[in-house]
This record gives sequence, structure tokens and C-alpha cells, in this order.
Amino acid sequence: MRVALLVSCLVDGLRPSIGAAALALLREAGCTVRVPRQQTCCGQPAWNSGDRPTAQALAQKVLEDFADVEAVVVPSGSCAGMVRQLPEVLGPEHPRFADAEALASRCFEITDFLVNQCDFTPAPLGAGQTLTYHDSCAGLRELGVKSAPRMLLERAGYTLAEMTQAETCCGFGGTFCVKYPAVSVAMADEKLASARATGAPLVTGGDLGCLIHLAGREERAGAGLAFRHVLELLVPTPAPALGEGRP
Amino acid sequence: MSFQVQSQDFIARSKDALADAPLQSALGKLRTGLSVRRREAVAALPEFDALREEAAALRDYTLATLDQQLETFEAQVRARGGEVHWAPDAASARAIILELCQRYGAKKVLKGKSMVTEELELNEHLEAHGLRCVETDLGEYIVQLRRERPSHIVAPAIHLRKEDVAESFAAHHVGREHADRSTAEALMAEAREELRAHFLSAEVGITGANFAIAETGSTVIVTNEGNGDLTQSLPKVHIAVTGIEKVVPTLEDASTLLRVLARSATGQEASVYTTFSTGPRRPEDPDGPEAYHVVLVDNGRSAMLGTEFEAMLRCIRCGACLNHCPVYGQVGGHAYGSVYPGPMGAVLTPQLAGLDESVHLPTASTFCGACEAVCPVKIPLPSLLRRWRQRAHEARLDGDRARWLLRLWAFFAARPRLYHPLLSAATTVLGRLAGPGGTFRRLLGGKAWTESRNFPAPEGGSFLASLQGEEFAPTPRKAPSR
Ligand code: SF4
Repeated sequence: MRVALLVSCLVDGLRPSIGAAALALLREAGCTVRVPRQQTCCGQPAWNSGDRPTAQALAQKVLEDFADVEAVVVPSGSCAGMVRQLPEVLGPEHPRFADAEALASRCFEITDFLVNQCDFTPAPLGAGQTLTYHDSCAGLRELGVKSAPRMLLERAGYTLAEMTQAETCCGFGGTFCVKYPAVSVAMADEKLASARATGAPLVTGGDLGCLIHLAGREERAGAGLAFRHVLELLVPTPAPALGEGRP
Repeated sequence: MSFQVQSQDFIARSKDALADAPLQSALGKLRTGLSVRRREAVAALPEFDALREEAAALRDYTLATLDQQLETFEAQVRARGGEVHWAPDAASARAIILELCQRYGAKKVLKGKSMVTEELELNEHLEAHGLRCVETDLGEYIVQLRRERPSHIVAPAIHLRKEDVAESFAAHHVGREHADRSTAEALMAEAREELRAHFLSAEVGITGANFAIAETGSTVIVTNEGNGDLTQSLPKVHIAVTGIEKVVPTLEDASTLLRVLARSATGQEASVYTTFSTGPRRPEDPDGPEAYHVVLVDNGRSAMLGTEFEAMLRCIRCGACLNHCPVYGQVGGHAYGSVYPGPMGAVLTPQLAGLDESVHLPTASTFCGACEAVCPVKIPLPSLLRRWRQRAHEARLDGDRARWLLRLWAFFAARPRLYHPLLSAATTVLGRLAGPGGTFRRLLGGKAWTESRNFPAPEGGSFLASLQGEEFAPTPRKAPSR
């Protein structure tokens, strides 16, 4: 299958390892992968801030960057959810509404794509390692991604220790985390307490935004959890985990 | 504006709430109580999702035919000897109710739990005119004693611990120096005893209505305590006050909604008391009021019909969106500064009080979607919140700094030739500064992030800038045995 990788701006700028892992995994799964070099940001910050004209401008750019692809695959539930909303961003009167609908229907969160479109089994890298999975809200509730990342981790040999609060929002919420930092970190603290209670040393998830927010809070608290995007665990990743940093 | 809010102070109020240890311990009840019970109740009813679908469609149909439903309702109430009063806004509703109380020579008014009367600030109005109002719902009674507002639309005193209630009772109940206030049951019994005297001496009972049934002209209330029943049956006058959107066509429709309401609100299959009021007492009735009035309150509701916010009028005030909202769960209802807190309140308050008074409420959400996932009438709450944000942006209520940063970001994002080299340079510098696995405790201009979190350093460079080529062939690996 020919697919295009929508890298997402956070992965592109903050953690290229995830982009590299996404590319490697899709190729391993038998896909021909195009990575449009002109891509930047899907416009979600503007859309969620109520700036629809800006969101529409960036939406059109996404439509151009990803024209004529069989599928768009995204290593982020949040950005994949945004692509699914592009028709709403443009609105039914917009001349490119039909294109937006077509793209939305061909857009996949990557773990969902690897499991349900490719029936992919990753290399066995996880033997003897226990981790806990944080369901990001957009992946879980907008896209229904729940079992796919867990299946990939289990196929790779990891042991999952589930949090009681796996499905509760971590408090990142895009611009929410800097507009309401006190509430945002209070939510993080609850999530982190739930993660620590599992006894697993590593938290993983499908959205880098959540993980940076959680890792940053955990580091500030001087506590010991480490964080990796789920894709980093499915290919050998030399970069240190988030949260393993010096205080 | 007749709807008073203190939502401008959301940030300060939310910080106070987070630092309030007793409040935080009280809010624990939401996570371990109501939401768990809902989950169990829903799990026990496989057709629950189909029922939500049905409930949403039913609400939509009612809203589409609202004029007709309300006319039928009014005719049915009249046919059974009751009176219907139309209140276009809060001031007229207050005036109507006061006039009714005065008409019947009331000195004391019993109140059943009702969010609409909170919206109207009815107690303050009646008391300013010399009437005594006694809240009979236990939670409402407690917040009234404490001169507070409800912090939750279903559980008004959810922000309080048992100890707080005991303290208030000790301060207000005279002649009960030795009362045992160690258990919730004892507190409940004490409140009942205090209320008993009022039940027999009040001339008017004012209740809300969970639904108003058009075909029978009945109002319905559901409670778990039974005091609502007494409020509408013991005094000689019953005034039911409700929003115009609460009408439903038939008895059967009401029972469909009651099924989703109780499960969503408290995880019960049905509330303990579901009471129908239909007209004043007839000669053959053993009890009931001599006069029955319904006050239908608009107060901004009809203005939502036919707008992008119409779906909000489906709301049956079950409170599930509050119980599952992680923001509400951290800060509680009072932080919102509105009678209607949580996700439903964040959509309704800008409509009722004006967006410039309440711009924080639609903004203070992570769009996590937990509210929409549980709403029994499937209101797309995050998408309605986003529409308020759009209006805030159009009206320039979203703050210059935020607008400016967003514009700047969008400017670069639309220009890949600038964006990619700049991003790569910036992340390379940050990555070098921090070193591998490094982290920042402070970042220039990033205080809102770094005041309470580190910023894990970027790895360095950007993925796209470092990529060679644009097309990549498959590299299938022989699948290992599973
Ligand atoms: S919006 Fe939905 S979940 Fe919230 S109170 Fe109304 S009916 Fe219940």
C-alpha cells in the first residue's frame, strides 16, 4: 500500500525519533511511504482556539500536501483527529469540502493502521519490560483507538500494567496547558499517581503532547517515571526516554 | 443582564479551589462515587446506547415542535384547573412568582430542588419582599444555611464533607447541643426534623420540573428524598417553575427520558421518587394543593432555537457531564462562577450571561470529550464549546497575546521554506543547550509551562529537515512467530 506520513509538528520538532520510528514501521509493514517535505502543522492550535480562518488556511495546505494519497498515517491521535475534522473546519460551502471529506476518510492513527490495515507484528523488543499505557483523549474518544497500541506492545513482548485512570485526561489539552497551568498540572498529578500505582517504570502513549507534559511534571516533582511514545518502543531507539533527564 | 456570574475570575477561583484541602477531599466523591455507579448501571443495560439515540431524537423532535408542544401543555394544564404563566426573562419570572405568593397571602415558601429558580435568584427576590424561603432538598438546605450556591446541578452540596455539614448544623440549629452528627444518616435525620415544622406551616410550595408532559399537562419531578413530594403536595399552592425546553410530548416520552436520566445522574435504574403533578386537587383526591401554577421560563432559551447552539436545549440536567469532567473534578462547581458549572454550564452560561462575562468557561476545557461520551442526549459539548471560542475570537475576547502568538505560528506554518530551517535551527540550539536527555527548568517566554513543569529538551534538529528523499520503499521483515 502507498501511504503518506503526516509527521505532526510536535514530533517533527521535538522528537524526530518518533518520526523515524513511524517511517521504519510503515516500511516494515510493507508500505511505500511518502513523506511530503512541505508539510508543517495541521492547524489544530488555531482550530481549537476559535481562529477558524487560520485553521481553514492551514487545512487547505494539508489538502495540497496530501493530495492523491491512498492513506494518511499519523503518529498522533490528536492530529489524526484534526484531519478527521477538516470537513467541519472548511464547512460544506467550501469549494474543497469534498476533498476534505475524502482525506478525512483516508486518515489513520498509526497504531490503528498498523494493526487493522497491515496486521503488523513488530520485532520482539519488549521481553521482560513492564509498562503502562496512557490513552490520549483524541485517540480514544474521537478515533476509538484503544486496543491497537496495546496489541502492538504485546506482540513485541512487553507486559502491560493498566492504570485505573488510563482513560482520564492528563491535562495537556494543547493551549489549555499554558492558559490554565494550575488546573493542567493538577490533572497531570492525578494521572501520574495512577501511573505510579501500577509499579511500571515506563509510561507510554500515542501522543507526544501528553507525554512531554507528563514527563515535565514528573521531572519537576523529582519522581522517577520515564516516558516514551509507543512507536519508540517498537523499533530500537537510541534517544533517552523523556523524563530520564537531569533535574 | 439578569443572570449574574463571577466567571471572569475563573483562574483565581480555580487556584483557590485547588489549594482548598477540604474541597479536594469532598471532590473525591465524584471519581469514586457517581461516575463509577453510572458505569455499572450502563454496563447492566446493553441497550443503553440505543436508548441515548432515542432520547436525543426525542429531544430534537420536541425542540422542532416546541411551540406546538407548549401550547398543548398549556391547554392541558388549563383543562385540569391549573394556570400557566409565561416568563420571557428572569425579571418577569420573579415578578410572576412573587405576585402569586402575595396573591395567596404567603409568608413562608417551601422550595424543592430547582436549578431554574437558582438561575432566577428567586430566593433572594422573595426574601427581599419579606417572604421566608425554606429549601427542602437536603443538599439545597445545607447550601442555603451556609449562604452558598449549589456547586453541582444534581448534588448541590457535593463540595462539602460530612464534617462541614455537621459544623453548619451546629451553628444554625438551636436547642440541639448534644446532637450526634457523626454519620450522614444522623445529619439527614436532623435536617428532616428541622424541616418538619416548616412543611406544615408553609402556604406555597415551589418546585422545579424535570419534565413537563404536553399530553397530560403534568409536571414531573424525580428525587431521592421525598421532600420534593411533600413540597408540592402539603402547601395549599403548588408553583412549578421550569424552562420552556423541558416539555415532552407524551407520558411515554417522559418515561424514555427518565430511564436515561436516572442512570446518567446517579447510576440508579430509576430515582426513588418520581412524582407527577397534574392540576390542583380534585374533590376525590386524598391530598394535593388547592391551586396549581406552572411558570414557563424562557430567559434566553428560545434565542438558542435554530442557532448552532440549539442542541444544548436537549439537556435534561442529569449532571453526568460534570461528574466525568476532569476540570470540574479538580476545581469543583464554584470555580466556574455560574449557577451552571462544568461542560453544560460552559455552553449555557455564555448564552445566559453574555460571552464577555464568561469567556473563560468555554476556554477552560481540554476537549477531552468525556462529557460528550456520557451525555444521555448526545449533546456534542466540545464542539459547542469550540463554537463559543470562535465567537470569542471574532469578538477579540481571547487576548492579544494569544492571538498574536497564533498568528505568528500560522505565518510560519504556511511558509515551509521559512518554517523548516527555523524549526530545525531552534531545536538544534535547544537540544545542544540541554544535552542528551536534558531538560529545562526555565525557558524564556515559557513561564506558563515551566512554572510548574520542566520542559524536556528537544532531541535536536527536525525530522523533516534531516530526511533524505521523499519516497521510501517497503523493507518487509520476515514476521517472527508470535
Ligand atoms: S449536557 Fe448532557 S450530560 Fe450534561 S447535564 Fe445535560 S444532559 Fe446531562
